[in-house]
Amino acid sequence: MALYSDKVMDHFQNPRNVGKMDDADGIGEVGNARCGDIMRMYIKVDPESQTITDVKFNTFGCGSAIATSSMATELIKGKPISQALQLSNKAVVEALDGLPAYKLHCSVLAEEAVKAAVKDYYDKNGIAYGPELQSCDGDCESCGVEH
Amino acid sequence: MNVYADNAATTAVSQAALDAMLPCFQDIAGNPSSLHSPGQRAAEKLEEAREIFARRLHASPREITFTSGGSEADNQALRSAAALGARKGKKHIVSTKFEHHAILHTLTALEREGYEVTLLDIPPDGVVTAQQVKDAIREDTCLVTVMFANNEIGTIQPIAEIGAVCREAGVLFHTDAVQAAGHLPIDVEEMKIDLLSLSAHKFHGPKGVGVLYVRRGIPLVNLIYGGAQERGKRAGTENIPGIVGAAAAFDEACANMEKNAAYLTPLRDKLIAGLTAIPHSILNGDAQRRLPGNVNACFEGIEGESLLLLLDAKGIAASSGSACTSGSLDPSHVLLALGRPHEVAHGSLRLSLSEYNKPEEIDYILEVLPGIVQYLRDMSPVWDELEQGQRPHII
Repeated sequence: MALYSDKVMDHFQNPRNVGKMDDADGIGEVGNARCGDIMRMYIKVDPESQTITDVKFNTFGCGSAIATSSMATELIKGKPISQALQLSNKAVVEALDGLPAYKLHCSVLAEEAVKAAVKDYYDKNGIAYGPELQSCDGDCESCGVEH
Repeated sequence: MNVYADNAATTAVSQAALDAMLPCFQDIAGNPSSLHSPGQRAAEKLEEAREIFARRLHASPREITFTSGGSEADNQALRSAAALGARKGKKHIVSTKFEHHAILHTLTALEREGYEVTLLDIPPDGVVTAQQVKDAIREDTCLVTVMFANNEIGTIQPIAEIGAVCREAGVLFHTDAVQAAGHLPIDVEEMKIDLLSLSAHKFHGPKGVGVLYVRRGIPLVNLIYGGAQERGKRAGTENIPGIVGAAAAFDEACANMEKNAAYLTPLRDKLIAGLTAIPHSILNGDAQRRLPGNVNACFEGIEGESLLLLLDAKGIAASSGSACTSGSLDPSHVLLALGRPHEVAHGSLRLSLSEYNKPEEIDYILEVLPGIVQYLRDMSPVWDELEQGQRPHII
């Protein structure tokens, strides 16, 4: 299908890091089944180096939702948390060789899923964080993000 | 194996239609409005096509107007009936919540122009009743428009009964028969249909050709102004190859209607049985009162677009009512009208067959589909919650 780039189709058909993680240090879930997209991201963090040693995802959604989840996990795996938090939806889109305009919100969800997982890790470990980690509350109408 | 199971979206042109069309590109290339012989040959072809549609619909040729497709026919039908109503001070229209957007969006435009619209609720079986129509008709109702068969879930509406109700109430009755034409018997006299739209590419005719049937005496308003084509009601040089192909396809589809239905119904029912055997799935629309080639089901915990992409990767072309396939946040208005919650409606699949599909293709779909549904469910956090009991199963 010409709807998606080869990269998107590859990550959709062969998603990386898909599955549940039972011993996750942080779990982030964003989106809303009503709107047709939910991403759940699990991270394993090395407390010493504050590095994301492992990451998994589960996604309910369209081809691009699955592909952006997969790409986001690839981009943060093995990276320090500080770097993972720099992950922008734009970087996910670029790494996938682009997305159709009306699918860009999927990449926003992927960025927010990473942040939500880190936020959960910080919450569980009593680590302070700033307002930048306030992520998707699942209400598409109130989101206000242009996508 | 490649399986085209999206015939409700469009069909391939039949050999008979193509054979009828080809001479009209070069040999019969005149303009039907021209006085000379080449022009008159084209005019003859045009009138032959008009006669075929008239005969098959039980209408007269002068009641047949050719358009660019079903959407144009729908627009013109509604605007004509509305204009006629306004002249009598009647500006109320009755329709249903699961019409095609060619109807619904025209009704929205008419509402902005001062008309009042009542959209009937859709019962759980996807079949509106004549009683619902009767109850909704008011003193100032000028038009009832109810589709013949639904384009997504395939349910067949009681058109003859609704026609009788409308005739008795003295209200014009239009039906969007785009999905029904060529697949179900249509008799505009017996069914008391005043206006009817159909589209050629749904029954192996070419794209870009529609027909508007309008009972004699009901004035049409123009959507397109210009020359005197189609008795001045639809300007623009006629699409002769398309119209000729449409008529050939319609003639063929009507002649083979019973045979095609007898062939398709068991294939459809086999698909329905196979799809609904997947746990937490549900058929959308009545199992019997539906088009012979239509299957539409929802699978809980998954999203339709990813399902379509994986089916496509296996060579199966299908369709879904998920929001992701429409580019909006909301899934199919038809499934929502049927009472499916958003999260269930996102996981819908429509398979629409034609007589060109082979029995082994149905077996192939049933071989491939359960595995794809399971694969997506295994990836889905929604399915995880459903299975863990954190979220109740809806279907």
